[in-house]
Amino acid sequence: MNGRLRKLKERLIEGALFLSALLSVFITLGIIAVLLFETYGFFGEVSIIDFLTDTQWTPLFSDKHFGILPLFCGTLLTTAIAILVALPIGLTSAIFLSEYAPSGLRSIAKPFLEMLAAVPTVVYGYFALLFITPLLQRVIPSISGFNALSPGIVMGIMIIPIISSLSEDAMHAVPLGLREGAYALGATKLQAATRVVVPSAFSGIAASFILGISRAVGETMVVAIAAGLQPRLTLNPLVPIETVTAYIVQVSLGDTPAGTLEYRTIFAVGMSLFAVTFILNVLSYWFTKKFREVYE
Amino acid sequence: MRKSALNKWTDRSFFAVGLIATLTGLGVLLILLTDVLTDGSGRLSWQFLTSYPSRRPEEAGILSAWAGTAWIMALTGVIAFPLGIMAGIHLEEYGKKNWFTGLIEINIANLAGVPSIIYGLLGLGLFVRTLALGRSVIAGAATLALLILPIIILSTREALRSIPFSIREASYALGSTKWQTIRYQVLPAAMPGILTGTILAMSRAIGETAPLITIGALTYVAFLPASPVSAEFPFINLNGLSDAFTVLPIQIFNWVSRPQKGFFANAAAGIIVLLTITFLMNAVAIWLRHRYQKKIRW
Repeated sequence: MNGRLRKLKERLIEGALFLSALLSVFITLGIIAVLLFETYGFFGEVSIIDFLTDTQWTPLFSDKHFGILPLFCGTLLTTAIAILVALPIGLTSAIFLSEYAPSGLRSIAKPFLEMLAAVPTVVYGYFALLFITPLLQRVIPSISGFNALSPGIVMGIMIIPIISSLSEDAMHAVPLGLREGAYALGATKLQAATRVVVPSAFSGIAASFILGISRAVGETMVVAIAAGLQPRLTLNPLVPIETVTAYIVQVSLGDTPAGTLEYRTIFAVGMSLFAVTFILNVLSYWFTKKFREVYE
Repeated sequence: MRKSALNKWTDRSFFAVGLIATLTGLGVLLILLTDVLTDGSGRLSWQFLTSYPSRRPEEAGILSAWAGTAWIMALTGVIAFPLGIMAGIHLEEYGKKNWFTGLIEINIANLAGVPSIIYGLLGLGLFVRTLALGRSVIAGAATLALLILPIIILSTREALRSIPFSIREASYALGSTKWQTIRYQVLPAAMPGILTGTILAMSRAIGETAPLITIGALTYVAFLPASPVSAEFPFINLNGLSDAFTVLPIQIFNWVSRPQKGFFANAAAGIIVLLTITFLMNAVAIWLRHRYQKKIRW
């Protein structure tokens, strides 16, 4: 009897554990359901062709246009600037930490780089608006108070730890034998790093790179604070723009009643954002898996 | 010969380039901290911590903001910590290698990368509207709990994975059931790792702004959620759960986006408070990790 009771208890606990694990699947389903439901309502009123091809986004004006291109253009612009900053610095720093730095320096530098990642994004927004933008205004007088360049640079700095830390892990996992082979052929450290280690760790580096892009695409507060809230189809980094994420914040700050078209726009826009980051995340996961299979 | 000399020179100079690249991040962090400290330290005072927001910058404070943050963080932890650990245990200890576990795994990896503002939309559609919780403390905490759940699950799994299998076998040999083994052997040994991950997840939640703005947290709050302690039996009062709220990062955002310059100093002072809490949490997590890495050698 006691044994049977114990078995029952084990079963119950296992069931509860399974349900918690299942919850994560329901979160994803919940996200998709909520987004789809409101997006469906949105496309009942706005044609999907206008949504994808119209070059103006003015749902809060009386002359309403629902073209998502200006918002995605803003996201593309800030993300591109962020990656231009983060990729070279992050990758160089990863090569340095993995191949050159003495282990003492490495173990000090890593927690400090992690601190960069721990700073809340609203703080980076403050920094972009009140420090980087005034600094840029001294160099480029024509830049406006809200622009894509300043939040782009700050987002890039924010993403450096993601790229450097994950790439460094990937390079660290490359077996020593490969490096020794390169040295035996007369390679310098830099040659071994760039021609042997980096190509061998390519999938891990690619994963970190894609994860960085995904973070930049989804970043909200920095652009909501420092990029201005003006949707504009331009690749000029010196004028105010609006990103997909900043638009959601802009509408949420107002008091938009549920069920209105304005309310639904944030879900339609959110759905597009979710789709883009989903593809990036799956790609990154696939690259990570591939790199694990090779060296672990 | 000349080429190899050039190669050697490039190699040496890369050391400098790499060092500079690594220090860039740290340098920016230092500049950021100095900037915030010079802008905000003048506003930090007892009055700042104990006043409600105000139209006059020099009278405004962060009382409702930090009270809201304390409420949200406590509830987020209470919801996410047990759920995250339970899911982690299931996946690591009970999960069989089949397509379904594979699906859950890729799903969690994806969830960890979903932008936080999407969780805000989920919270808005699910908690605020469908479950009709309104723009309340509990809706905000539930949203943030879902946001940090993947992080807690991932670090729980990592911590469990580091416990050697021999510990489990020894426990089975003494006649323990699977759950007893996990409850009394594996989980206590993995706890430092799990706690480290949870603290890091909470330090991320405390700085989250976008999802709470999306679910409709207010930007101007001149009252506190009902106190959780009451003078009458049963001494606990949960009315605060359904109250409207603001949090520290939202208050900072509100001050940054005002045109009047006076509020920027308030924003900087708020940032000093927020960064102090965030860095303290991170320091505790790093210290925990460091301490147990040294202590336990299997």
